[in-house]
Amino acid sequence: MNHNLYFDITHMLAGSMLLVSFVLLYQDRMFSLLNVYTVHALVLVAAAAWQGFVQQAPHLYATAVIALVFKAIAIPLTLRWLIVKLAIHREIEKVVGSGISVIAGFFLTALSITVMMKASGGTDPMTREDLSFALAVVLIGLLMMAGRRNAISQVVGFMSMENGLILAAVGAKGMPLVVEISVAFSVLVALIVIGIFLFRIRERFDVVDIRGLEKSGGER
Amino acid sequence: MYLKAILLFPLIGILLLSLIRSYRISSFLNTLFSFLSFASSLLLLVKRESAGLFFVVDELNIVFILLTNFVGFTTALFSQHYIAHEIKTGHISAVSLRFYHGMYQSLLFGMNLALCSNNIGLMWVAIEIATLSTVLMVGIYRTAEALEASWKYFILGGVGIALALFGTFLFYISARPAIGEGLSAMAWTNLLSHASNLDTSLLNIAFVFILLGYGTKAGLFPLHAWLPDAHAEGPTPISAVLSGLLLNVALYAILRFKMLLAANPHALQAGPLLMSMGLASVLFAALMLYKRRDIKRLFAYSSIEHMGIIAFAFGIGGALANFAGLLHMSMHSLTKSAIFFAIGYISQIKRTQKIADLSGLTASHPVLGWGLVFGVLAIAGLPPMGVFMSEFLVLSSAFAKAPLLAALLACGLIIAFGALLLKLVQVAFGEPKGTSTVVPSLYLPMLSHFLLILIAGIYIPPHVVEWFKHTSLLLK
Repeated sequence: MNHNLYFDITHMLAGSMLLVSFVLLYQDRMFSLLNVYTVHALVLVAAAAWQGFVQQAPHLYATAVIALVFKAIAIPLTLRWLIVKLAIHREIEKVVGSGISVIAGFFLTALSITVMMKASGGTDPMTREDLSFALAVVLIGLLMMAGRRNAISQVVGFMSMENGLILAAVGAKGMPLVVEISVAFSVLVALIVIGIFLFRIRERFDVVDIRGLEKSGGER
Repeated sequence: MYLKAILLFPLIGILLLSLIRSYRISSFLNTLFSFLSFASSLLLLVKRESAGLFFVVDELNIVFILLTNFVGFTTALFSQHYIAHEIKTGHISAVSLRFYHGMYQSLLFGMNLALCSNNIGLMWVAIEIATLSTVLMVGIYRTAEALEASWKYFILGGVGIALALFGTFLFYISARPAIGEGLSAMAWTNLLSHASNLDTSLLNIAFVFILLGYGTKAGLFPLHAWLPDAHAEGPTPISAVLSGLLLNVALYAILRFKMLLAANPHALQAGPLLMSMGLASVLFAALMLYKRRDIKRLFAYSSIEHMGIIAFAFGIGGALANFAGLLHMSMHSLTKSAIFFAIGYISQIKRTQKIADLSGLTASHPVLGWGLVFGVLAIAGLPPMGVFMSEFLVLSSAFAKAPLLAALLACGLIIAFGALLLKLVQVAFGEPKGTSTVVPSLYLPMLSHFLLILIAGIYIPPHVVEWFKHTSLLLK
């Protein structure tokens, strides 16, 4: 295979991840949100494994396996179980409408491409494009967290943001600690999932809508 | 060896304390492990290893390590009695207690690891560990307010930590051409020695991410929203270590990255960014102090104010301002945690944190009441306590470099002074109100902090001055 093909596949995987991020933005059902998130995680798995192959770095395969086991399988299944158990699979209430959040997503993507392309002018083109896509995924994850009221969709937003970070990490050639960082992140997410359950937000408020939390909050 | 000890003791502590059921034994062991870490950090002063790929102990972080382990130890001592009462009243269950002590040691472990790590990735992981431990501890009372505070802290802290990680990657990428791939390009000492060869435009944007990310953790305006809730709703020992230590650790991380930028002549000037965020925090927090009705929230806002002062001082830069920043950080940690010690017992005695329901404390509880008066006067910046000294130094170095900004800072300080005094008069004097419960209490931690800040305000031993001066020169 020639160099161009390597580049194109990397590019395609990063681009698909961004695309799936956009799809996440307008989901309004819990289960479909989780399905799309699973796809998001699978694209990350493919991207990590591909980078492992391109850079001939076996530790990136480990990152891919961790992402597969935790992000694509364990966490979506746990969240699904939680949703069924808590009986909350109704529509997700949004603060911002789908249309507006997708448009905001476009702007964020344009912003990150402009900023990162300019700032990383000195590096190789692969890193540069990878970074701009990764930043866009991170920012869209942020947007999703800000635009959702529901605790589970905030968690999904958080996890998609985290996938963007791992994408940046696997794209940075020779980056050490990628495995460790992905483990740390997975532990973090596992903690939130347990946390949602442990903290029994629903038990307290009868909804997993964090508006329940806001109401109870004292003075700010 | 001593470096390993300050990491090893908390680690053993986490394992052991999450297993022990009896609160007497576990709270004693918690104090013991914190003391052992503190003792090893003292020994680190005498003998330290040279920097490796993962760890470094130099003039800068030794100040932080010592302070962290000292306050960690005194807070454990305070928490021993505080927790005994919480168990008695049933606020904390036996399971939560094991969890609480395990998390306390894990917080100390995270902070120590963050402070002595030479690898910027490892530092990030360590700060994440510390953050998560506190998130879990803030929610420990399981009340609606505590859950809200914990969730808010988690989400905002998570965003901050994600941005900081992105910044960390960018630092690595900017260093890769100059240093080469792999671990050595993540070692801070290597980054510093190659600072002038780093890719400047990447470096600049990386620092912005770091500043926003760790700035969230340091509670700088406008990224502070999690801080008052987390302070008010968690157990008071946690408020003490949050304010006194964790905010410092986040600021320390920013300082490390700022040093890299300062060593590169073409990079962005980090100073003005820090100064403006610092000044905004001071002014905002000072105004917010007036409207507070919850006493722990009041001091949480005061922590935002002081983090602002410290960020401002390091932003000005130069030997004097850095010296002032370091001094102010130490004084603030000692004073603020002592205030929280007093408030912890007061809120247990009065069973409320509402300022309106507290009154006449000096008459009903002389040691706590006058302790609070002393602490608040100290934190408001009255002489002869240590905070006055450091604030004076910050102001005078600011007047030399940016008189207009210094005037604004002075305004902020005066506004905050007024607010604190107003609330203090209400709480400490007048007719005693409400019920009083007898609470097991230990005043030693509070009084030892007060003694230290009083001594520091009057006389700082020459070799401590020498040491801080040396550190502040390192900071540029």
